[in-house]
Amino acid sequence: MTETLRLSVNGIQREITAAPETPLLYALRNDLHLKGTRFGCGSGQCGACFVLIDGHAAPACDTPLWAVAGKAITTIEGLGEHTLSRAFVDEQAAQCGFCTSGILISAAALLGRNSKPTETEVRAALDRNLCRCGSHNRMVRAVLRAAQAER
Amino acid sequence: MSAVSTSRPMPPGSLAKSPRLSQWIRIEPEGTFCVFTGKVEIGQGILTALAQIAAEELGVSAGRVRMIAADTSVSPDEGVTSGSLSIQDSGTAIRRACAHARKLLIGRAATRLNVPVAGLHVEDGTVRSAGRSTTFWECADSTLFDCEVDENIALKSPGRYRIVGTPQARVDLPDKIAGRPRFIQDMVLPAMLHARVVRPSRGFTKLAGLDEGKLSLPGSAILVREGSFLGVLAEREETAIAAQRAVREGARWEDASPVPGDVHSWLKSHAVDHRIISEKADPTALERVGRTLSAAYAKPYIFHAPIGPSCAIAQVQGGKLLVWSHSQGIFNLRRDLALALGMHEDEVIVRHVEGSGCYGHNGADDAALDAALLARAAGGRPVRLQWMRDDEFAWAPCGPAMALELSASVDQAGKVVAWRHELWSNGHSSRPGRSEYPSLVAASHLPTPFPRPAAINMPLPAGAADRNAIPLYNFPNQRVVNHYVREMPVRTSALRSLGAYGNVFAIESFMDELAGVAETDPVAFRLRHLKDDRAQSVIEAVARQAAWAEWKPADGAGHGVAFAKYKNLGAYCAVVAEVEVGREVRVKRLVLAVDVGLIINPDGVRNQIEGGAIQSTSWTLKEQVKLDAHGIASLGWEDYPILTFSEVPAVEVELLDRPDLPAVGAGEAAQGPTAAAIANAVAHALGVRVRELPLTPERIISAIERQ
Repeated sequence: MTETLRLSVNGIQREITAAPETPLLYALRNDLHLKGTRFGCGSGQCGACFVLIDGHAAPACDTPLWAVAGKAITTIEGLGEHTLSRAFVDEQAAQCGFCTSGILISAAALLGRNSKPTETEVRAALDRNLCRCGSHNRMVRAVLRAAQAER
Repeated sequence: MSAVSTSRPMPPGSLAKSPRLSQWIRIEPEGTFCVFTGKVEIGQGILTALAQIAAEELGVSAGRVRMIAADTSVSPDEGVTSGSLSIQDSGTAIRRACAHARKLLIGRAATRLNVPVAGLHVEDGTVRSAGRSTTFWECADSTLFDCEVDENIALKSPGRYRIVGTPQARVDLPDKIAGRPRFIQDMVLPAMLHARVVRPSRGFTKLAGLDEGKLSLPGSAILVREGSFLGVLAEREETAIAAQRAVREGARWEDASPVPGDVHSWLKSHAVDHRIISEKADPTALERVGRTLSAAYAKPYIFHAPIGPSCAIAQVQGGKLLVWSHSQGIFNLRRDLALALGMHEDEVIVRHVEGSGCYGHNGADDAALDAALLARAAGGRPVRLQWMRDDEFAWAPCGPAMALELSASVDQAGKVVAWRHELWSNGHSSRPGRSEYPSLVAASHLPTPFPRPAAINMPLPAGAADRNAIPLYNFPNQRVVNHYVREMPVRTSALRSLGAYGNVFAIESFMDELAGVAETDPVAFRLRHLKDDRAQSVIEAVARQAAWAEWKPADGAGHGVAFAKYKNLGAYCAVVAEVEVGREVRVKRLVLAVDVGLIINPDGVRNQIEGGAIQSTSWTLKEQVKLDAHGIASLGWEDYPILTFSEVPAVEVELLDRPDLPAVGAGEAAQGPTAAAIANAVAHALGVRVRELPLTPERIISAIERQ
């Protein structure tokens, strides 16, 4: 059964009419037209659909809408002109770019709790995200560059 | 050969098939050039590199060139974006087309200013003479480029390049990094329906039963059935997914033949064609035979495993079928779609839209036919068909398993006097457009099913299963045999580097084993057998860069070297791997030296080489498609682990610039040598050789136990 659900996405209150068990991913992509959150596996194993939920990186593909009511959701679009995005462009830290949104989200969550991460900490924070093109090292450099720039 | 074919040399690159200048370039009044290519962006940065070539030859800034995404209705047909050929094929054609276009534009400007060409000063499209000026865009009209590309027009000499050879930021990355819609998965058309295809996760011959009366489909979802092809359409995406689940539960399928337990033994007993692809005999050298060594190597089935599963959009409009696809070959796809659907090719338009990285022939083309079949049931509304993760793993073609046997003899002086290499494999290409029947998955599930074409091998010198099977080393006696297996327990097709990955892994592992017999350093042993100075240079460069000679032994640590010239035609690549072997193999560092001839975009080449090396590390340490009697048993990432951020090694790339030599592709050069360098480093660390990929802890333990 569909219901009208209220979500806070990128700081804006939004209303969505959908079944409460609908994965957040489809509400973001199809109702709110926020296409930066990607479908990768549907079971939270690849990280392509990560969003920040109250500051923590979490998969939107297996998070139902009912579970995020009242929580602050930030998508890649919500990061806006973030230091991280600039650092990723500066480092040319992508090849196909499909996994990148989820990786920026994991990196933003990391920098939110640790402004001076070591390389090992950056890698550990990104271990839940899969990258198939082999852009890992460039991405790690980009996150370290962004952390440096924030200081 | 006929007089016609000899009277005129073959035009370079893709000009042979698309000779008209207007097929390659158009000038826009606002001061830009639209450049057309049949090659597609698959995450490798090709559009950026082609734009560099165009801007260089036109003599304008890179920002004035707009690359047009491939579309069967407007673009030159350049076949498939594969084999690291885009720079050669498309780059060569674009370079010549742009040189011709510039000459025509300058000619027009001279007429307009009424001065000889020699008196003109041209900069970024503005043409000046004695205080007067005009621009390329003022001079051009729609007929100017309506001619054949003149191949005799002088090209800019590489010594004067200002854009080619400099690092250029990728044109597509700012959108992708910001999460702006750019992928086919993000496309939305008015009144678009969401669709899913319904197949079992295992191979089947046909749909055995589906009780449509008992099906309870959620919401507005509808079932589409054509023979054994099933799909669902819905207004909302989550409804389509729920409907897919419901139909899956209600459908019964007739199983395909079981998959053999030991694939490598099975391959060796099922070859139907045995071809000697290289043979050399020198009886004098054979008199020097000292020790002889034999070894068997194996590689498993490997997934392409794009992070974004395949997707396509299709719409039936005014008797035409429009398809948006992330296929690597939109013209070939159009041909197979027309065949499968009983349409004429000119009734089908395929447009390329970027997708997730593809790494070869994945599910993109198959998803396009799925979308087209569902669009025929959608009353003219566009249909977005998205494969789920298990659709991609279960149904996209895999990189083929290979069995390899090598033997060689070494003389007293430590030189190889005889070499034998035999390989057993399915074909490495079942791409669309190359067979009598469509190669798309759903074509064999239609009411009148098409037979599924067997994967084939393209001919040498590029080859497919036998790509890089002929060693570049100089051996006086040599025999290389390709045993082709037609029957496919698992659907196979082109995975990045094709047979080169398995062949180079085997050749370069075996070279180290022979160096051991000859009691020679592996770098010196390779150099001893090479005459090609570019090959020697990359090996010497990598040894220097990795400080090979200064290696300090440590417990559990090892280093290894390997080399290949991709396809024996393309890029030279040498790799040194440094590993630590404990409970599992950790690759700590990879150093690569690469020669791609003229470098178009140095950062693009680095990115491709780094990525290729890391992906190969993942294949080599972790990847194998799990099989059981019913077929593929890896249906999610939990059953198909790949390298994680913490496991990725440091990667250093040294580029050897050869501005006077032709530019060749970089995308597939690193795969084979990286695998062998890691295997050699593991053998160096353990004193035990693991000859079956991937190099998992289980394989290493069993190799130690066997010793």
